Amino acid sequence: MPFDVVPHPSRRSFLSYGAATFAAAGIPRVASASGARDPRLVVVILRGALDGMSALGPIGDPDYAGLHGDLALRFSGDHAALKLNDFFGLNPAMANFARLYDSKQALMVHAVASNYRDRSHFDGQDVLESGMPTPGQVQSGWLNRAIAALPMGDTVDAPKGLAVGATPPLVIRGGAPILGWAPTALAKPTADLISRTMGIYAHVDPALATALREGFDAEAMATKDGMAGVKAAGAADVAGMRQAAEGAARLMAADNGPRVVALAFDGWDTHANEGGATGRLAQLLGGLDQAFAAFEKELGGKWNDTIVVAVTEFGRTARINGTVGTDHGTATVAFLAGGAVAGGRVIADWPGLKDTNLYEGRDLKPTTDLRAVLKGVLADHLGVPTQVLAQKVFPDTIGVAPMAGLVAG
Amino acid sequence: MSADANWPLALKRFGHGARPVDKARSGDPREALIAEISKPDAALLDAPGLLSTSDNQKLVFADQAEKKRLRDLGAAQLARSALPSYLPIKTPVAPVLAGGVAGAAPAMAGNMMTAPNAMAGGAMMPAVNAATAPGAMAAAKASEAPEGRAYRSEALARLAKAVGADIGFAERWVAFWSNHFCVSISKSNLVHVAAGSFEREAIRAHAFGRFADMLRAVEQHPAMLHFLDNQQSIGPDSPAGRRRKVGLNENLAREILELHTMGVGSGYGQTDVTSLARVITGWTSVGPDGKMGVPGTFVFNVNAHEPGAQTILDKSYAQAGEAQGEAALDDIAHYPATARHIANKLAKAFVSDDPQPQLAAKLAAVFQATGGDLLALAKALIEAPEAWSAPATKLRNPWEWTVASYRAFDKVPTDPGQALNALRLLGQPLWQPAGPNGFSDDTAAWLSPEGIKTRVEVAALFSRQIKDARRPADLVDPILGAAASSDTRETIARAETPEQAYALLILSPEFMRR
Repeated sequence: MPFDVVPHPSRRSFLSYGAATFAAAGIPRVASASGARDPRLVVVILRGALDGMSALGPIGDPDYAGLHGDLALRFSGDHAALKLNDFFGLNPAMANFARLYDSKQALMVHAVASNYRDRSHFDGQDVLESGMPTPGQVQSGWLNRAIAALPMGDTVDAPKGLAVGATPPLVIRGGAPILGWAPTALAKPTADLISRTMGIYAHVDPALATALREGFDAEAMATKDGMAGVKAAGAADVAGMRQAAEGAARLMAADNGPRVVALAFDGWDTHANEGGATGRLAQLLGGLDQAFAAFEKELGGKWNDTIVVAVTEFGRTARINGTVGTDHGTATVAFLAGGAVAGGRVIADWPGLKDTNLYEGRDLKPTTDLRAVLKGVLADHLGVPTQVLAQKVFPDTIGVAPMAGLVAG
Repeated sequence: MSADANWPLALKRFGHGARPVDKARSGDPREALIAEISKPDAALLDAPGLLSTSDNQKLVFADQAEKKRLRDLGAAQLARSALPSYLPIKTPVAPVLAGGVAGAAPAMAGNMMTAPNAMAGGAMMPAVNAATAPGAMAAAKASEAPEGRAYRSEALARLAKAVGADIGFAERWVAFWSNHFCVSISKSNLVHVAAGSFEREAIRAHAFGRFADMLRAVEQHPAMLHFLDNQQSIGPDSPAGRRRKVGLNENLAREILELHTMGVGSGYGQTDVTSLARVITGWTSVGPDGKMGVPGTFVFNVNAHEPGAQTILDKSYAQAGEAQGEAALDDIAHYPATARHIANKLAKAFVSDDPQPQLAAKLAAVFQATGGDLLALAKALIEAPEAWSAPATKLRNPWEWTVASYRAFDKVPTDPGQALNALRLLGQPLWQPAGPNGFSDDTAAWLSPEGIKTRVEVAALFSRQIKDARRPADLVDPILGAAASSDTRETIARAETPEQAYALLILSPEFMRR
């Protein structure tokens, strides 16, 4: 891998850019659930493949501006990128995230990808969310299997997971029971109708019974916290992202609320007129930024024990296409924010953007395995044992070591 | 099993659900299903007020031109008149209009798709399609905009046909193909206005014809060309590509191979995607200026077409112009991978999340042997014993459940608002899937806590509107079948009110699953 494309002393020092050392690096922290901390984890799936190089521009790379053309971010001029370090600039639509980054509560990983190497959204999402080595194995998601592996705390009643939206994201589907919640605008049915319906389901159809019970459990919690009046909004809608985050955060903030939450935001498939520092992608990133801010605000003191991870199925072409957009690619970025994040840095083993550096001559080359990042969070934040991570949560990944030092010590 | 005993399954697995009158059904349901789809107009839909895609898009073009005229006029007047200095020059058009007019929208709009507006200081603002229509302009005139008008009339016609159908297999078949070749109204006003006419022109017209014809009609339809960006894809070495700094967009080509025909992982590679994208450059639709033809119709723009032969899946296509892409599509429509992909999807959508492998094999063989004859394929599905032996465990998706609910009470839809609202809340907004892969055919996608909870809420609302003199207990046999469980029967019989009994009927497992 050519070092000369990165204007830094060495790749490895670049890897931990902005962070000094990690006291706990390499030492698996034991389950926080047993200690004073009560960790919370949010996983946001960005469906459609986010262009990582327009979200976090490698502005210091001499080939970036040429490849990314009109979409390239800049450190100066109108709509200048938010400078995270000398090399990387964040899309100006993400001021909240930059603020969290400055206060060491957010970090980004670049040139990261799951193990999936083709370019189908749906297979890519399958692999990203199922945590399985190949597409099509969609019985359960890695987050659900992680929940199943969590130690049962004294204060936490099952279920610990919450799926936000009318259909639960695959990442949190599976054997472990989860709650479901989405804002709706309908008049409430009577408790009597619910209980009679439950009466039929309990005898005739256990799967419907489980779903119904969990649906109204979540509703009850949301209503108690004053969320009953919230209206439904499209997930692609910017305000919808904030609302989904607010609702989920209020549920999580309850002492007996869910500890692990999954949401999905659609609309990142920017084949045409993507926009760079302004435009369609910037609007979506602004929505994501508001979602981060909503989690911070609504979680209150519990924000300190929280990590929000936002990931996407793959990235987009390094070169812009014929319609000022980008086609399906490979490596991209991942976002981590929260009081429990050891933030203030960009983690990247930067591969460079010369033709020979690009994956198959067209995409940003993946140099970090996204599963290592996710395993690092699950191990150090939730206390899922490494062995379980390698066998059950992400099967067949003994060779992919959890990334150390992502969680504040 | 006698033919009569198969009727309840026939009505829900293949059809759109039982109606009270179906109690009197006799004869072989297979013959009835085949008779329904064998009528020449089985899949066609027409209703007063439905327009062609071209006429629909012309209305959008005219609407956009009128708005631009008013905007220019307003700006000119503002510049001329001596306005108080505290009035910001730029604001009068968009935000003010949006707040004012949308606030005064009819009460119906308030019930539908209510979306929050971040600009309104956190206040809830009813705005039909605010989530989908780009910009404040569309929201401002939601009640009269051509795209909203077309969408609602198309939705009502579709709903009325499904509710009024004898068995409804043809409509289920159309819904399957429409979802297979989906477009989404969130893409743009031009797709929004044409989603219904796309279904009529590209899907219904070929639903019991040849797959290759449907494929070509879909990929050359203005709605699809806009939805998957081919409208803007330009051959880099074409005259237009050389003149302007523009080029390929491979979105449509990829989804043709991955979703519409062969299926992912079936043997094509990135080079095949790129070659197919080049082959279909120049496939576009006529814009408002009408320079290349009638606005809102397909046109082959030779200026944007990448010249030269292209190789797709080891076969070279040297044809000139539009014929090159048509030849490639026709070949792809007939590949065995396409037959397998379609057969698998059909078996899963109609029969079981985990169908017996021989069912898909049979369907694929028929597809292959008949060159993609969709009537033969539909008959093969009906005649396969595996299609009848699988237990009725698939959850009806929100569209199927909503239509079946209307049918159960002989309720005639006169306004699409309530059904559209229900579909949105249940996670299946009409013609608005989250991605080009359409809505899931899998039970797991719909059997969610939120989804089931919302069905109870919708059922509670819906059942209050049933003005039916029938005793609820008398509906159990015709609607749920003689095999309905005693728990279901007793709970319905003991309901406190007829309304509650109606809600329980459509919430019962026997009704929810098919």
